[in-house]
Amino acid sequence: MISLAGRDILHAWGKFIFTGIGLGLLIGVTLTMAGVYRGMVDDGKVLLDNSGADLWVVQKDTLGPYAESSSIPDDLWRSIRTMPGVAQAANVTYLTMQVGKGDADVRAMVVGITAGEPGVPGWPPHLVAGRQITRGHYEAVADRATGVRLGDVLSIRRNRYVVVGLAHRMVSSSGDPMVFIPLKDAQEAQFLKDNDAILMQRRRTGANPAFNRPGVPDLLDAVIDSQTGNSYVNAVLVRIRPGFTPQEVAEPIRRWKRLTVYDRAQMEEILIGKLIATSARQIGMFLVILALVSAAIVAFIIYTLTMDKIREIAVLKLIGTRNRTIASMIIQQSLVLGVIGFVVGKITATFAAPLFPKYVLLVPIDSVVGFFAVLAICVLSSLIAIRMALAVDPAEAIG
Amino acid sequence: MGSRGIRIDNLSKRFGAGDTAVLALKDVNMQVAPGEVVGLIGPSGSGKSTLLKCLGAVIDPTSGRMTLDDTVIYDDGWKVRDLRALRRDRIGFVFQAPYLIPFLDATDNVALLPMLAGVPNEEARRRAGELLAALDVQHRALAMPAQLSGGEQQRVAIARGLVNRPPVILADEPTAPLDSQRAMAVIRILNDMARRFETAIIVVTHDEKIIPTFRRIYHIRDGVTHEEAGEGRSPG
Repeated sequence: MISLAGRDILHAWGKFIFTGIGLGLLIGVTLTMAGVYRGMVDDGKVLLDNSGADLWVVQKDTLGPYAESSSIPDDLWRSIRTMPGVAQAANVTYLTMQVGKGDADVRAMVVGITAGEPGVPGWPPHLVAGRQITRGHYEAVADRATGVRLGDVLSIRRNRYVVVGLAHRMVSSSGDPMVFIPLKDAQEAQFLKDNDAILMQRRRTGANPAFNRPGVPDLLDAVIDSQTGNSYVNAVLVRIRPGFTPQEVAEPIRRWKRLTVYDRAQMEEILIGKLIATSARQIGMFLVILALVSAAIVAFIIYTLTMDKIREIAVLKLIGTRNRTIASMIIQQSLVLGVIGFVVGKITATFAAPLFPKYVLLVPIDSVVGFFAVLAICVLSSLIAIRMALAVDPAEAIG
Repeated sequence: MGSRGIRIDNLSKRFGAGDTAVLALKDVNMQVAPGEVVGLIGPSGSGKSTLLKCLGAVIDPTSGRMTLDDTVIYDDGWKVRDLRALRRDRIGFVFQAPYLIPFLDATDNVALLPMLAGVPNEEARRRAGELLAALDVQHRALAMPAQLSGGEQQRVAIARGLVNRPPVILADEPTAPLDSQRAMAVIRILNDMARRFETAIIVVTHDEKIIPTFRRIYHIRDGVTHEEAGEGRSPG
């Protein structure tokens, strides 16, 4: 038996190809949207991987340091370091801001890393160019996505930092590239005010008789000094010793230090389950709408193609063609349209993904699921046309 | 005359019920022998199409009896379980317009019927080729319908009607879109094919040019038929 669907497609190939391309662009957008979601999840995982931490110690009852603000004293790491099972503990600060780059600026997450050596939690684990920070002030390591080169100067608040190293895929959970600077500089940057604000605060403190006592001349200086300094960090990153489980190490810290401690699984849940949950739902809605639009388009096209053949279908039925042969012809055409659309969509998504400003991750399983979803949509969409074709009265061929 | 070919006894068809019922066919009797071509003529609304649809197993008659090559196919109810197979294997159709499948070439338009009946593709195409040759369109065997002239299309449509060697062919206004010369050519072909394949052919027509070519004519008016002898002129 000859393939009626195949012959019809070959006869009207232009119609199928161009319709398939149009459908493919829509499928391409759908695959890219899925890639955007995957990219957001991957950004969150990369952030956790690159921190080099097994535990995140943050302010009690907060979801810090990524999903909520967290503030803990910067000397706390010493006592955490002495807890059982702790191999390394390091302060870290995170501050998302506009970083000056020449006349322009770039959105970045500024990470304050403690003095030490590569391998300390919080440090960029590997560089693609240059070196790690070796000086206590005014050096920076930046992700390539910031667009800076070695030797460029970045402006953070009032200070300037020379880029000494470049990293790759060091991003925040929202996909902003990271800029690493020394911890002390980062602490200062978090609370650094402009000169007018400092003068006004000094004046206000001096006018307060509680701080400006005639008999205690050093009190005012001490208060002002405490107001302008910052002895807090956002979190302490902990790496645990081999042989210890995260729960074994985290529990004593929670109990004795009265802090909140998250392990890797909990932090992933915060980043993926809470921080990007709304965005994920948003993308999910888009995927549903795009799937419905694709289904509507396929249904409309197949319906129209079938309507164009109504007389031929009546003749086919009159001369004894079985209903299943006619239904099979319509389904096959719908599936071919879906396959053309998927191939075009996959190619479109693959070439378009790198052009997006944020990371778009196309994973094979999404393509596989997408392929079968497209086929299912095509079969479902052809049901209306099949129903109409089967309702055609063979007597219409006679007149 | 035996009951080979097609024989119809007291066939009636009623549409609707009660006060609104319309009796479209009233005790129609007709017999067409193998190799014979008869005309079925009548004004619009006389019941020609209804009779053709009943004969073609497209609609159900209300009562009566139909015999096809000694086999009763309807006797106050269908005696054949698969009407689709009956239409495919034992009744040939030729329409006013050729209604060829536009995405199949001339050979496959003809070969499709035997293929639908389960005949292997090669055998079906061989049969189609033979018929196209008999109808003198073998040189257009690989042409698509859009590339064929009106006359060529109609000959391919006749070949399609004949390919399963049905005992009867129902031709609905087969010459309507054609000029006199081509209309006569189609009638000549139908006569040749009827003799050659021992097929009974019923031609529904309004066409005054071809009516004198029939040896027997069935007139139908208000659902009632009566038979008369035709002139039986040669179509040339």
